[in-house]
Amino acid sequence: MTVLEDLAPPPEVEVRLHTLSRRERWQLRLPLLPALIYTIVVTQIPFLVTLWYSFQSYFWNTTAGAHFNGLSNYKTVFTSPAFRGSLVRSVVMTATAVIVAMLLGVAFAVLLDRKFFGRGVVRTLIITPFLVMPAAAALVWAGPMLDPNFGLVNWLLQPFGVHHVAWLSTHALGSVILVMIWQWTPFMTLIVLAGLQGQPADTLEAAKVDGAGALATFRELTFPHLRPYIELGILLGSIYLVNVFDAVRLMTNGGPGTATTNLPFYLFQQVNNAFDIGGAAATGVVTVILTIIVATFALRMFARVFQFEEAGA
Amino acid sequence: MTASALPARAVKAREPRPQRAREMAGNVGWGVLAWVVGIAFFLPVLWMVLTAFKPESAAQTWPPKFIFSPTLAQFRLVFSGWGPFVTHSLIATTVSTLLVLLLGVPAAYALSVRPVPHWRDGLFFFISTKMLPIVAAIGPLYVIALHAHLLDSIWLLIILYTAMNLPLAIWMIRSFMLEVPRELLEAARLDGAGRIREINGVILPIISPGLVSTALICVIFAWNELFLALNLTITNAATMPMFLISSVPQEGLYLAHLSAAATVASIPVILVGWIAQRSLVRGLSMGAIK
Repeated sequence: MTVLEDLAPPPEVEVRLHTLSRRERWQLRLPLLPALIYTIVVTQIPFLVTLWYSFQSYFWNTTAGAHFNGLSNYKTVFTSPAFRGSLVRSVVMTATAVIVAMLLGVAFAVLLDRKFFGRGVVRTLIITPFLVMPAAAALVWAGPMLDPNFGLVNWLLQPFGVHHVAWLSTHALGSVILVMIWQWTPFMTLIVLAGLQGQPADTLEAAKVDGAGALATFRELTFPHLRPYIELGILLGSIYLVNVFDAVRLMTNGGPGTATTNLPFYLFQQVNNAFDIGGAAATGVVTVILTIIVATFALRMFARVFQFEEAGA
Repeated sequence: MTASALPARAVKAREPRPQRAREMAGNVGWGVLAWVVGIAFFLPVLWMVLTAFKPESAAQTWPPKFIFSPTLAQFRLVFSGWGPFVTHSLIATTVSTLLVLLLGVPAAYALSVRPVPHWRDGLFFFISTKMLPIVAAIGPLYVIALHAHLLDSIWLLIILYTAMNLPLAIWMIRSFMLEVPRELLEAARLDGAGRIREINGVILPIISPGLVSTALICVIFAWNELFLALNLTITNAATMPMFLISSVPQEGLYLAHLSAAATVASIPVILVGWIAQRSLVRGLSMGAIK
């Protein structure tokens, strides 16, 4: 049976901690230290350096080197429409993709939860998009699928009066979001399906016997049961999707104009096209601060999803 | 409830035939719908593989061709050029995954079996690093790599991929360790087993299937990673996603060649994912869903 894991160890372990000697405590810590130090060094130091460079003017294509320029990078960030635009697009892309993928995921999971011929095969077909290398997915969608002259999509939509639409120029943002949804719906499906299959069968049977309709059963029993799974899916999906880069870089290169430039791509451009380490660093710091604000809520949600509050102190 | 349940069941047993037939037809209907959805969702993958077997001239036609004489020419072209890329990808993926397990197993042990004080903070520290967008530090990361002489080096990718997958692995391995029966651990301790013997002799044999699925998840993410590779490597450490990009030329026909390269680059992870379907959910939910 599928259950959400409990974050509490057996109580006897917790109680013993107070009686430990210094040496025993270090013995407990020792196995954790390599991973902890590694993670701190590799993930935190780059951000400290980012903070440092965010107060410098540093163009890596010149020999001038870095010099302190106070808050001027930050002034640029906050007054630049490019930053604001890419922030908004990041939010729009992530939110749309996560919500649509989750809606489709719930629908697919409900389908897959029934018994029918070849269920395993259909399940395999549905999870495959998630396994396709994101760079490959982006390029295949941009080429063989969405090509204005030879693409499969235009051919399939022909009966509906669609003629050689250049999707990547006329519906750039939608096309990128489409690929994000295509890749992440399987993820949502799997998580929701696990939730559906973890539903106690006897409760459902009782509801059926009591004459509850399918819709009422879903609303009153299934949905409340699924809620933590849906929250987990949205949370994890957002963590990954907010960083989407491959689809933007390889399908539209942020364009046309800046139509699909999200924050990751904007940062990429600052470093690679404008050679502006200082500016990119300031943008990065602001991004991290925004992320921390969102992540604080996310972590709280995470704790709740893992039934942390009930189980913990 | 029982009172109302009994008559309901009695009615069901004497269900008239047409209704049962309708119910069966309904089930078939749902099955057909599921198949249609599944195939529609799989279509782009199918189209990618199909296009890969076309000669270039047959890949760019209107209407698109479904019947053509298949050729392996595109695959031959791919295999003639992928050498360094696939080598770098294999090294970065394997070594980083091994490092993740090496660091992750003891850490997960210290967060589950014999937990350190404040183990919850530890767990949440690891997960919070997954929320920090690495893209935010890409400029400085470039400068650090430059000064450390790690730019365009496979070691840089290994170091970063290890850090990228470690939090996920720790959460996942921990969830497997919590399932080890406590009686077994107690028994081993009574026998005088130290920490090392407890891990090697009791825990590892039990959680080894879990370690395999953890490794598979790490492999998937490392193999598919593009952003860091694109920014921090050029030729000496360029990986498979970059090989894909190089298969799109500035001009000329390329859809068939691109599809072959995309197929080759994706197949390993697709196969791994198909085989590990069951553990996929657990890995992606970081052990939250069993």
